[in-house]
Amino acid sequence: MSKILVIAEHDGVMLNPSTAKTVSCASKIDGAEIDVVVFASSAKEIAGQAAALQSVTRVLTVERQENEHAVAAVLAPQIVVLCEGYSHVFGPSTTFGRDLMPQVAALLGVNQISDIMSVLSSHSFKRPVYAGNAILTVEAPVDQIVVATVRTASYAASGTGNSAPVSTTNVDAELPTHTRFVDLQSGATDRPDLQTANKVVSGGRALGSSENFEIIYKLADKLGAGVGASRAAVDAGYVPNEMQVGQTGKIIAPDLYIAIGISGAIQHLTGIKDAGTIVAINKDEEAPIFEVADIGLAGDLFSIVPELTDAL
Amino acid sequence: MEKILVGLKRVVDYNVRVRVKSDGSGVETDGVKMSINPFDEIALEEALRMKERGDASEVIVVSIGATEAQQQLRTGLAMGADRAILIESSGELDPLRVARIFKALVDREDADLVLLGKQAIDDDNNQMGQMLAAIWGRPQATFASRIELNGNTARVTREVDAGLETNEIDLPGVITVDLRLNEPRYVKLPDIMKAKKKPMDVIPLAELDVEGGPAIRELTYEAPATRERGIMVDDVAGLVAALKDRGLI
Ligand SMILES: Cc1cc2nc3c(=O)[nH]c(=O)nc-3n(C[C@H](O)[C@H](O)[C@H](O)COP(=O)(O)OP(=O)(O)OC[C@H]3O[C@@H](n4cnc5c(N)ncnc54)[C@H](O)[C@@H]3O)c2cc1C
Repeated sequence: MSKILVIAEHDGVMLNPSTAKTVSCASKIDGAEIDVVVFASSAKEIAGQAAALQSVTRVLTVERQENEHAVAAVLAPQIVVLCEGYSHVFGPSTTFGRDLMPQVAALLGVNQISDIMSVLSSHSFKRPVYAGNAILTVEAPVDQIVVATVRTASYAASGTGNSAPVSTTNVDAELPTHTRFVDLQSGATDRPDLQTANKVVSGGRALGSSENFEIIYKLADKLGAGVGASRAAVDAGYVPNEMQVGQTGKIIAPDLYIAIGISGAIQHLTGIKDAGTIVAINKDEEAPIFEVADIGLAGDLFSIVPELTDAL
Repeated sequence: MEKILVGLKRVVDYNVRVRVKSDGSGVETDGVKMSINPFDEIALEEALRMKERGDASEVIVVSIGATEAQQQLRTGLAMGADRAILIESSGELDPLRVARIFKALVDREDADLVLLGKQAIDDDNNQMGQMLAAIWGRPQATFASRIELNGNTARVTREVDAGLETNEIDLPGVITVDLRLNEPRYVKLPDIMKAKKKPMDVIPLAELDVEGGPAIRELTYEAPATRERGIMVDDVAGLVAALKDRGLI
């Protein structure tokens, strides 16, 4: 039987939705028993949120001052102690999980499976490679622990309403002090979170400036949508880095994605493959974005976007 | 700081539209343009700037793989690296093994800093730097968009999902870089000529005696499900109608 340990991602207060998606992936393994572990300085509230997730058997908390911020070198040795007896350790393929899980794998002396997008069996999975231009089926050896990250855009969040038991654990591991958290600058907004929003409006290089990007925000607010951007728009400084969608930014799967003044480079498309409906607004009828768009409108965004905002 | 090791992986160029082979054994690489992994090029650029500022005395580029990777190492030398090491191997290499090879080189060279790309754009694993840091028992700072060296420590700004996180790490350590760290320089012709005279050490993998991790078997490659081209609408009214039709507004 598979016994799976899921590493919870959180910001100290709220469980990140990536955790519910990772649990959802784990639950695709037949007969899996799923435990979620929360590392924090104070874990009570977060553990409660994890305990509410469907398919979760138990929630473990490891409370230490050192766990206040997620530092891979601090968490990895604790996970290595804790995962004894488990057949799988899963984390989300967010920057949190990508930073952490390979350390866990290396300390355990195994290789890691990155970005699980489909579970075929307890040891066989599909994952994207080459920016999603190929899908690779891999098989992990059955006689050792499987360490993996989960491509969260491939999974719906596990539902809530469960009340799994929560228990506190002490982990005896020596923790390094060579890596210190200094600060986090985050352009926190009231808009829906890009990674979980049902609707997302994204702007590209064509916007030309951060002032012009306002029309994207206005449209998004009218729709109740999250806001994203292409790499070109981020590089040019129109918007902060956490808004980048694509191979090296966020991989998202909203029901509606509106790409405005974005050409549709492969690296961008990687991030939106699983979107429900893709709408493209671009003045170039030949732009590659139209090859994948469900609804296309060719024309000047500076007249189309305000008109669309008014029409909604 | 004495030495910086920079990893350069030879990968299919990022402009190539990758196609899966019809027998599912991999992707087409015959006649396909190969380049330095773009993230690795940024890592090298950063190392060179550190050296130019007087923060480091030697930049060593390292590649692990086929003989042909010498091309990418030559490009690295032309960009300004001092010397190159190729760990030659024709077989499959798993990330843990590559990390262990880097660890062996770190020991051999007594390196102070290892600069790597955050991921290679072929297998998109995003693992090796983290694995190296773990087995080396030294700090890592992944996804760097800004690096500030202060003697024995480095202050690294990291691009994370929530924004920009700053960490301070002790050196030696591993830093993996993101796209916005810098813009790599172009190589000029005279530099290519000069690079031909720079030393390149070719070491057969067998000489290092480094074991791989238990392999994760690659069974088949397949093309992804493609999205179909949809409809074009003429104006905003058409767009609104189409969105309403689908129940999206
Ligand atoms: C290793 C690597 C990783 C990358 N990762 C990512 C990633 O994660 N995400 C990402 O987005 N990119 C990524 N890129 C970059 C990618 O290749 C493209 O360069 C980028 O996506 C282009 O952004 P864009 O579409 O905004 O700009 P452009 O390609 O310049 O497109 C601008 C578009 O706007 C249209 N336009 C101009 N004016 C108007 C107007 N007035 N009205 C309407 N339309 C107009 C143009 O017709 C054009 O199609 C990566 C590249 C590399 C090498």
